[in-house]
Amino acid sequence: MVSQCQQPKKAMQHLTARRVAGLLSRRGVAAFSSSGVKMASHGHGGVTEQTDMSVPLYWDRLDTPLPDRPYKDTLSDADKSLKQKEKGPWNSLSKEEKLALYRLTFNETYAEMKKPTGEWKTVLGGIFFFIGFTGLVVLWQRYYVYPPHPRTLDDEWQAMQVKRMLDMRVNPVEGFSAKWDYEKGQWK
Amino acid sequence: MSLPKPAMRGLLAKRLRFHLPIAFGLSLIAAAAFKFGVTEPRKKAYADFYKHYDSMKEFSAMKEAGIFESVRPTGK
Repeated sequence: MVSQCQQPKKAMQHLTARRVAGLLSRRGVAAFSSSGVKMASHGHGGVTEQTDMSVPLYWDRLDTPLPDRPYKDTLSDADKSLKQKEKGPWNSLSKEEKLALYRLTFNETYAEMKKPTGEWKTVLGGIFFFIGFTGLVVLWQRYYVYPPHPRTLDDEWQAMQVKRMLDMRVNPVEGFSAKWDYEKGQWK
Repeated sequence: MSLPKPAMRGLLAKRLRFHLPIAFGLSLIAAAAFKFGVTEPRKKAYADFYKHYDSMKEFSAMKEAGIFESVRPTGK
């Protein structure tokens, strides 16, 4: 039962610096390619490759360790004889043979799957780039979009406003006017 | 093999037995801290302000500053 989206390894595209250029054009396609069943085909004689989901698939996934089929299912004669030898006692297998058997069944080891990709550098770089671009946009806005300041933000007006608030005794107990010394005419 | 059987019942009760006294105590501490850190100083500030408050003097000062509309400073 196909309970999760299963992607053949070649369909997955890690986000590296090379792919950023094509990212925006491919983003729409990538969103749909996760199921693998309906990849965007433009009807030009089947140019895009479609994975046949009706047969058992192979995958390299950290969370699902045992795929439906071994990695190499068309075995050469040497592989076939090795598989026969595997049916006997395993002590008779050499280290290279054991590794070869592993590589017949699996493509990547867990260590190889978990290998760090450095994708975070691209992500972080993209974040900073766009934040910087936004800064430039905001700067342009400040000079070309914003209307002139209201006069109530001028320093003179603000001083007059403070004086009026003190005259009215705004919050005289614990707040604004409480911090003004009325005898000396200065802030406490 | 043959591990001890884990506790199957009373898990919430056990958790509550541990956490409820702590929650109760922390709430009490928070309430006490607010009372003695905020409300008592505020009550004292108001009491001190009004102990020597001369309302007529304040009113005259405000009147002279010219903020009222119903009564103008003595000059006008």
